Amino acid sequence: MCTLEKRGKIFFLTLTGDGADEHRLHPTLIASIRSALSEVKSQSTRGTVLITVAEGKFFSNGFDLAWAKSASGGSPSEAVNLLRHMVRLFKDVVADLISLPLPTIASVTGHAAAAGLLLAMSHDYVMMRRDRGVLYMSEVDMGMTLPDYFTAMIRSKVAKPDARRDVLLRGVKVKGDEAVVKGLIDSAHDSGEKVVEAAVRLGEELSKRKWDGEVYAEIRKALYPELIGVLGLTTKPLVKARI
Amino acid sequence: MCTLEKRGNIFFLTLTGDGADEHRLNPTLIASIRTALAEAKSQSTRGTVLITVADGKFFSNGFDLSWAKSAACGSPSEAVNLLRHMVDLFKDVVADLISLPMPTIAAVTGHAAAAGLMLAMSHDYVLMRRDRGILYMSEVDIGMTLPDYFTALVRSKVARPEVRRDVLLRGVRVKAEEAVAKGLVDSAHDSGEKAVEAAVRLGDEFAKRKWDGEVYAEIRKALYPELIGLLGLATRSVVKARL
Repeated sequence: MCTLEKRGKIFFLTLTGDGADEHRLHPTLIASIRSALSEVKSQSTRGTVLITVAEGKFFSNGFDLAWAKSASGGSPSEAVNLLRHMVRLFKDVVADLISLPLPTIASVTGHAAAAGLLLAMSHDYVMMRRDRGVLYMSEVDMGMTLPDYFTAMIRSKVAKPDARRDVLLRGVKVKGDEAVVKGLIDSAHDSGEKVVEAAVRLGEELSKRKWDGEVYAEIRKALYPELIGVLGLTTKPLVKARI
Repeated sequence: MCTLEKRGNIFFLTLTGDGADEHRLNPTLIASIRTALAEAKSQSTRGTVLITVADGKFFSNGFDLSWAKSAACGSPSEAVNLLRHMVDLFKDVVADLISLPMPTIAAVTGHAAAAGLMLAMSHDYVLMRRDRGILYMSEVDIGMTLPDYFTALVRSKVARPEVRRDVLLRGVRVKAEEAVAKGLVDSAHDSGEKAVEAAVRLGDEFAKRKWDGEVYAEIRKALYPELIGLLGLATRSVVKARL
């Protein structure tokens, strides 16, 4: 499922297992991620950083539609209900990440699609390998609309209207270098190991700044007013400086 | 403090003195700037332009936190109140600049940080020297959130989400060339004198357009609906053309 480990100042949240599950976001994994994030939040201090990584060929391939189908006992409308359930549960993961009181980095070493891409993009910094893996919003191909918080996230993080259209309306499959050009991610690296190394290097740089986590989270939320509105979050003014 | 001088069509608002005061925005300087802007507004005619310059190593290093501390006589909560007071007072400077009935140019020949950078970015055009001086939003490092009109101003003038994140959430220190690449300023010039000369050249070009100041201000406000909402400004439709 997922594990949380702290090395020095860096928390590593790992989506574990190289199996056929593609790190699909079903209620169990979603709950597991929320527990890990809650633990990170409770242990956060000045200088801590979160890096999210995933084992195997996938970062995450989105919601677990196969689970929804099998759990629905053959009822298509029940399957859709279960999908809607996962959409609601995952919204809290996004809210957790957007309000996490420390810098967050996603190290994308495999495919990230639909909710899986949203998971990556909910981090402050996203780096990816350039040799393998694609980013892909599959909804238009699958025949389903996007949750409001998905489009709000894309609008918050991707400036160019043509990039948003290509990703959401055209369902382009984007490799690392193109993802940088489109503004989906921050940087592309030569291999899976190199991405993680780069994430750790960035994490160590950010850690040296020793930011107050509460202030950091408030400044982050203030960057994305539309998104936090949709997530039901608010901001508050804070002065923790000794003036 | 600050002086206002008219040479031909151009009003020069100068933050005077090369001393240790770093042109820190305390209530006295803020009031002085507002008086100068009110004077420029009252004398504005078709073709007038404002250029804001500063003597010495700083354009402005932001709010005067040491004034707040000493005026608070040892009470940290009073110091925070005085900071909030400066935030409120300075909001009117931003509103004055955003509604000024003439083109405005900031010639940044020294460091501009926090409210000092907001002062520069409240102008229509920002020119900077490339050899010295950095732009820096210090709040994340100091440990305070940003006033709502600060983030609105950055959102209005800086398109790319990753740049906004770098400037506000990462507290990057940016020299002029990088500031141009990031979309924080319009152009970089070889020296302080060259930046001011370029500002004057640009001002002379604008003066030739002989814009109606009232119309100019309304069009400017209409560019920034989120910002003017927060500043409590409104727009109105104006037809001054002889049709």
